[in-house]
Amino acid sequence: MFAYLAKRVIQAVAVMFVISLIAFAIQGNLGDPLRELVGQSVSEEVRQQLRDEMGLNDSFVTQYLRFAGNALQGDLGTSYFFKEPALDVILKKLPATLELVFGATLIIVGFSVPLGVYTAIKPDSILSRIIMGLSIVGISIPVFLTAILMIFVFSVEYGWFPSYGRGDTVHVWGYWETNFATADGWLHIILPSIALASIMLPLFVRLIRAEMMEVLQSEYVKYAKAKGINPWRIYFVHALKNTLLPVITVGGVQIGTMVAYTILTETVFQWPGMGFMFLEAVNRVDTPLIVAYLIVVGFIFVVTNTIVDLIYGLVNPTVNIARMGA
Amino acid sequence: MSLLSVRDLTVKFAMRDQTVTALNGISFDLAKGERLGIVGESGAGKSITGFSLMNLLSRPGYIDTGKILFEGEDVVQMNDKRLRNLRGNRMAMIFQDPMVTLNPVLTIGQQMIETLMAHRKLSHEEARQIAIVKLREVYIPSPEERLEQYPHELSGGMRQRIIIAIALLLDPQLIIADEPTTALDVTIQADIMELMLELCQSNQVGLILITHDLGVVSQMTERTLVMYAGRIIESGRTREIINDPQHPYTQGLINALPQQTVPGQRLKQIPGNMPGLASIPAGCAFNPRCKYATDLCRSRVPEAVHYGGVEVACHEVQRLNSDEDRQEARA
Repeated sequence: MFAYLAKRVIQAVAVMFVISLIAFAIQGNLGDPLRELVGQSVSEEVRQQLRDEMGLNDSFVTQYLRFAGNALQGDLGTSYFFKEPALDVILKKLPATLELVFGATLIIVGFSVPLGVYTAIKPDSILSRIIMGLSIVGISIPVFLTAILMIFVFSVEYGWFPSYGRGDTVHVWGYWETNFATADGWLHIILPSIALASIMLPLFVRLIRAEMMEVLQSEYVKYAKAKGINPWRIYFVHALKNTLLPVITVGGVQIGTMVAYTILTETVFQWPGMGFMFLEAVNRVDTPLIVAYLIVVGFIFVVTNTIVDLIYGLVNPTVNIARMGA
Repeated sequence: MSLLSVRDLTVKFAMRDQTVTALNGISFDLAKGERLGIVGESGAGKSITGFSLMNLLSRPGYIDTGKILFEGEDVVQMNDKRLRNLRGNRMAMIFQDPMVTLNPVLTIGQQMIETLMAHRKLSHEEARQIAIVKLREVYIPSPEERLEQYPHELSGGMRQRIIIAIALLLDPQLIIADEPTTALDVTIQADIMELMLELCQSNQVGLILITHDLGVVSQMTERTLVMYAGRIIESGRTREIINDPQHPYTQGLINALPQQTVPGQRLKQIPGNMPGLASIPAGCAFNPRCKYATDLCRSRVPEAVHYGGVEVACHEVQRLNSDEDRQEARA
């Protein structure tokens, strides 16, 4: 178990190293930082002096090592716009984004399993054909379009749901505010969660359906039938457990991807999360904030994938984590 | 009354552009506690016969016509609930490849106990105790520990023993074993067969053994059916069929055994291949591979006739019996 964990952590560190290299390279190529810091009236001499002081004339390696050293201590630079440490700015926005991703994940898990299983068991029924047809539509329509359509129908026409913002939030601890404590908070998170789930949900329905249909053809399902086992037990114990093994692996990657997708959803719904913040940072050429965002999202990716791999090992009896890597 | 009575069973497969016949009017009987072998090449319809008996054909296969009377009740007409009650309970099946038969994510115990609880009102603990007893019967060491293990932790031979134990869990009247040792090591094959024979005899369980191994059939069974292209072409007591086969196909099968050839010489194989289901020749399906074939063989399907102690479906059985080659082969 320990050896496996250690191996995974080393892999994660390697991935983070590459991400930090990319992020740092972007920083160096997004224009002259001095232009953002000082006005046009500053003379070239002073600029050179400032460059020396800030170490901008050092070699790439020296600069990167300084950057990485600071990053390891939690210093990802200072946002030009907020005049605050970039990491603090992002961490303040993180809860909103994570809650949105959580809401979307609930929808995806809650609907993809029953729909995927149903369409696999009854592939020829009319309902299955409708679900599969809708799933194609869902995958094809971009998130921002789905979001705008939903705002138009449910907020403007019917007025059931608010169209922007987080609504009433409640402080839980630190700066973590939650949507899930008030009715108004729930109302505000529903549309953005659906919009965010609109691409992944059909993807998962199709994935679960395809895996399940394959599993239903397997010898062990046939054997379970030959033993006279109840069909519900065959579907949900014998088949589903085997179906979910590959789905878990894909799912972990997709949760990471969803954090990135929040950029679109948050922008349309004016959701005060880090995706919305990122877009604003790009508009303001707030380089430290952009770099910090890339590193934080990369970190979330790496952490979720590592956790998913560990869960996979726990669920799949043929993977023995205790003995792996030994 | 016989335990199992199959009458004119026809199984078809609905393919995209045509419907092919996989079993063509099969009839046979099995007495209580009797052991029957079904032999033939791959594609002859042996496994399909086995699955049909449990009404377990998966699409696109279906039973077209015929009756399968098991303890007087027609399996073909049973509803899902009756079928579930039959499967695993009164009629059990042993699959070909133990490596893929057991569910990889469920423990041996879960897979045994669920079978018991699907058919009997038992507590979990009672079911566990029965499972342990049955594992002992198939000579599995420390059965309590095995119950907690997953299939991948056990060898192929061990898994097939467990599958045999599952087949015996509910004391069925009939066990259908579909090539139960094909996927196993040669050294383990004999052990498994011996175990099955012992258990069937001591428990008075009927056995249908589907195999292409004539040696196994001769040791295990009392009666044998020889199948070719979806029909039974020869049937009778196993001893008669092995020692004095009447159908040219059965003769070919037995002559092809390595024991029938002087070491160093080529094996005497039957020329050609079994026809595909979509292209079964007119008349006797074996006629293109048969050196005795006549015009009659190429136009009419032979009826089964009683000859030399067996039932055989061959037009030329008399002529062939006086053939010189044949006499030579027998000598």
